Amino acid sequence: MALIVLFAVILTACATPTPAPTTAPAQPTKPPAVEPTKAPAPTTAPAVGVSTGESEATARAKGLTFLADAYAGKYKGTKVTMTGPFTDEDAVKFNNSMKDFTAKTGITIQYEGSKEFEASISARIAAGDPPNIVDFPQPGLLGTFAKQGKVVDATKLVPATWMKENYAQSWLDMATMPGADGKSMIGGIWQRFNGKSQVWYPKKTFDKAGYKVPNTWDELVALSDQIVKDGDTPWCIGIQSGAATGWPATDWTEDVMLRTTSLENYDKWVRGELKFASPEVKSAIETFAKIWNNDKYVYGGRAKIVTTFFGDAPAPMFQTPPKCWLHRQGNFITSFFPKGVKAGEDYDFFYFPPIDAKYGKPYLVAGDIMAAFSDKPEVAAVMQYFATGAGVKGWLAAGGALSPHNDSSLDWYGDPVEKKIAQIVRAATAVRFDASDLMPGAVGSGSEWKGFTDYFSGAANLDTVLAEIDKSWPKK
Amino acid sequence: MESSAKARLSQPVGPLDWLTTNFLRLLLALFVPVATFGILYAGFIFLRDSQAPKIIIAIVAIILGVGGVALLYTVANWFVEQLGDRWRDRLLPFIFVGPAIAILIWYLALPTLRTFWISLFDSDASDLVGLANYLAVFTDRTMFIAFRNNLIWIIVGATFCVVFGLLIAVLADRSRFETFAKSLIFLPMAISMVGAGVIWNMIFNVSPNVGMINAVWAGLLGQDPVAWTAAASLQPWNNLFLIVIVIWLQTGYAMVLFSAALKGIPGEILEAARVDGATEIQVFFRIMLPSIMGTIIAVATTIIIFTLKIFDVVWVMTGGQFSTQVIATQFYREYFTAQNSGYGSAIAIVLLLTVIPVMVYNLKQFSEREVF
Amino acid sequence: MARQSQPRRRLRASDLTVNGILLLLVLAWTIPTIGLFVSSFRTRTDIQTSGWWTFLPHQEWVKVEEFDPPAGLDRDGVMEIRGAQGTFEQFRNGIASSDGNTRVTWIGNKRLGTVQVQQQKWIVGYDLTLDNYGQVLAGKTFDIRQPDGSIVTEQGDDFTGAFLNSLIVTVPSTVIPILIAAFAAYGFAWMRFPGRKLFFTMVVALLVVPLQIALVPILSDYVSLNLNGTFLGVWLAHTGFGLSLATYLLYNYISSLPRDILESAFIDGASQFTIFTRLILPLSVPALASFAIFQFLWVWNDYLVALIFIGAKPDVQVLTMRIAEMVGSRGNDWHLLTAGGFVSMILPLAVFFSLQRFFVRGLLAGSVKG
Repeated sequence: MALIVLFAVILTACATPTPAPTTAPAQPTKPPAVEPTKAPAPTTAPAVGVSTGESEATARAKGLTFLADAYAGKYKGTKVTMTGPFTDEDAVKFNNSMKDFTAKTGITIQYEGSKEFEASISARIAAGDPPNIVDFPQPGLLGTFAKQGKVVDATKLVPATWMKENYAQSWLDMATMPGADGKSMIGGIWQRFNGKSQVWYPKKTFDKAGYKVPNTWDELVALSDQIVKDGDTPWCIGIQSGAATGWPATDWTEDVMLRTTSLENYDKWVRGELKFASPEVKSAIETFAKIWNNDKYVYGGRAKIVTTFFGDAPAPMFQTPPKCWLHRQGNFITSFFPKGVKAGEDYDFFYFPPIDAKYGKPYLVAGDIMAAFSDKPEVAAVMQYFATGAGVKGWLAAGGALSPHNDSSLDWYGDPVEKKIAQIVRAATAVRFDASDLMPGAVGSGSEWKGFTDYFSGAANLDTVLAEIDKSWPKK
Repeated sequence: MESSAKARLSQPVGPLDWLTTNFLRLLLALFVPVATFGILYAGFIFLRDSQAPKIIIAIVAIILGVGGVALLYTVANWFVEQLGDRWRDRLLPFIFVGPAIAILIWYLALPTLRTFWISLFDSDASDLVGLANYLAVFTDRTMFIAFRNNLIWIIVGATFCVVFGLLIAVLADRSRFETFAKSLIFLPMAISMVGAGVIWNMIFNVSPNVGMINAVWAGLLGQDPVAWTAAASLQPWNNLFLIVIVIWLQTGYAMVLFSAALKGIPGEILEAARVDGATEIQVFFRIMLPSIMGTIIAVATTIIIFTLKIFDVVWVMTGGQFSTQVIATQFYREYFTAQNSGYGSAIAIVLLLTVIPVMVYNLKQFSEREVF
Repeated sequence: MARQSQPRRRLRASDLTVNGILLLLVLAWTIPTIGLFVSSFRTRTDIQTSGWWTFLPHQEWVKVEEFDPPAGLDRDGVMEIRGAQGTFEQFRNGIASSDGNTRVTWIGNKRLGTVQVQQQKWIVGYDLTLDNYGQVLAGKTFDIRQPDGSIVTEQGDDFTGAFLNSLIVTVPSTVIPILIAAFAAYGFAWMRFPGRKLFFTMVVALLVVPLQIALVPILSDYVSLNLNGTFLGVWLAHTGFGLSLATYLLYNYISSLPRDILESAFIDGASQFTIFTRLILPLSVPALASFAIFQFLWVWNDYLVALIFIGAKPDVQVLTMRIAEMVGSRGNDWHLLTAGGFVSMILPLAVFFSLQRFFVRGLLAGSVKG
């Protein structure tokens, strides 16, 4: 039957399948000591406007031979095909950010966005017809293909020395996965990322009301109470997302986990060694459930959480007067804000505050990893380009992306809010990747979403839900 | 199966004869699709490399595609006609059904067999696990809910689609506003599921300001607003709200087919009955219903199968959350999202097995229809 | 419409009943569509905050005057404003003033509130806009900030290319399966051959196969045949996925045609092929037209098959992709689906109307009498 119109309306910012992730860094942590996951301070960044990937000479100096050859015009007239889940404005921004590269090298980048990414990429890879480079919003799905031996080890295309120099170790750890032979490989190159530990608020009204930005969890709860006392509901929360309904709850869990237990435990949790039913995870969920389950705290009450589309959730914040005041979400949410509201004036964000001071100031991120399915030299050149700040520079200017590269400059950000996020991430005591994106798909984009949805809709109690999530963890 | 036609068929006399007959049959059955394909392909290459404007390409493509297929059937028929009566009678059926069978085998039957094969393996298709995946399908609680929901879908959804479709077709047949009414009932079929998802989300919205049902329920009747598709207190009946969408979408399908069948009843018969003083109700039950029984069975069969396969409505509206999952959404989740090919394939095969009762019934009908 | 002229009857009770019930059903079926239609002219904020029916005349509380709350109120206790008395919560819901036709309402929270005196007034509609249609038909415009700080405006694709691609995909994908299925249906209905029952079983069984399981194997075949990314590949795929339903439905119709028509034709010495093309096909027009409508719709609204077999490149993408992409990576512009839904409905509805004239009583009636 040709009747299936298959796209769920919403592509999610969340996970897909993965074999047992080996991606989490396993170094023991001694909080609050600053640990190796911290990005080097921006002092290593080159002068403004000069990235390693922007000219033949700088690329050659760092051993990025293919990229340098591309600038020398060696691959003129070749074409590199790409697919990914981003469309519309994002695709325009991406194509725009590649214009400079195409003009200088003569390599055409043909990007094709798909709203049914999982199905179409699975089919194309299985049928032996993959694009040259694929943008994966989660390492998980990529891990599946890496295990099948379909992915070119990124170290074959981009020198390992350069990767070490230009990425914090945790990024490399998150891109490390087992290949077909069971040995570790680097599955791809991180091109851009999203910060997730932000709480957005309507700045102008917020200041006018005399509210203060909270710096600790207790202050945040006190602020919520104050807003309730003043006759409003503090939080805008919505987790409806079509087939991915429930994912924003996983982000909350991860953020609270990072603030209430050690990084070691977080990494164990990602690997499946720490159960969802464990006291650490359960208490993290209970911590934020105190807000979610309180009808006084949530705009529309608890019942509306599961039926409010996540993109529509912040809308009441921009009504006059605001119907709710606080919204915790990744920085992509700004594209859902009403047209014409100004960053830093109409809205701003504060860092999702620490809960237990001894765990420092961790930051939760998610990102896009570029994986190569071909080792043609022009593909290698494009991959090397993505491994430098230059590969995302145009997108930073246009807004909607953050750069994980050490050689990118804070001055490239066109959006003041994103610049601020990039600064905070650089100063964070630890950076951790969205756990559900790293977990096996059966959990991270399956039972976990379902479990949270069931719990917050009142269909099941927390213990039942956690036991079911644990049970769904793949045996292999 | 005995009938007068049997006598017209000369019986094969020896094994050699039988072999050549069947060999030729096979050859022909393959020849038409292959040649079809060849001609289309040649034309297509020509089209692909031409730089004509899109609209020209479109017109040429349509003529070529349609004309090519028609031409091939004609040529094949002519070829068989040259062979003399005996061969013609043996081979002609394969000219008629061969291409369809060949295409169905290539596009659906072989992939199904392959899926069955994969379903015997584990998640990454490396180890043979036998029927373990099937065991898992039948012992999993979420799958159990999916089966239950599919049952609700079939009982409620299919019944109402058929009943409403028939009702509207019969009423419209007697109304002066026939085209107008039929068009409006048919309209939802033309809306893509995503557009339909937007409007039904608005209808079911929790907020009385936006959700139509709650505007009445809460705004006028003063009840507490309800999340019709999601509320835990409503499960499993929240499925009914999704089924309403499919009734809205698919009734047009049933109506169009019933309408076509009703038009096939000779007007004289109906008029004669009315002149004899039969009431409209009697006309409906004694003349119309028996005349279109074949169509009713066909429509019921296909709608039952649609509801068995139901996917997009659930996927767009709830994503299979809130205990609204059905077999097809579970398959998609396991096969694509969780990349669990073995288990996902097993679900697809189970879906295939559920259709057996419908099939058996249809075959009985098929056997009863005489070929002369 | 070539309707049989019925004896002129006075408006009878039965006609009233028929049209009355029909009207009710039609209304029930149309309301969601009207909702979608009205919404397609509203802004996203309006869609999010109020129902589409607010474009109808209705009564609403409208601001008459607004002022800051008088000083010295105990906002946590009982307050008196303009003669109305109540707590903060009561004022938020509005308290009727003494004269009855106005109410006093507190807007905002205790810190930032203003007070409004409101009156019930009849209101019609909201600002309706063609903006959604503009974006769908003409393409969106994006202001992209460049690294040097300048703003470049990019124009997204309009919908003509995608519309034509949909047409190129849909028409052959509709006609080819119908032709092949009609032949097969006739073969099953009126011919005898070994394996007849087995193959028919297969046709019915394959009705239930979800096409998703066929995507990977067919794509592999296409890769080896060099067919992927071509329109031919999509036509064949839609043919394959639509064929079992087409065969089944047409078989049902063709097998129920009156036997004596065929017998008399045989006696006249016509060949099977002649009978099929000259007699059966014309008689089956209503069934062929019905299936044509459905297949057209399904192919027209299909997303996945087109995506897998021709991809989403701007020069080949079909209308469903164009509209799906407009929504944005995460669905930020979902309100455009309202207008998109209507734009993509135009052609299928035109097809439906043009095929309507094949649903005429009496095609068979004449043929029976010879």
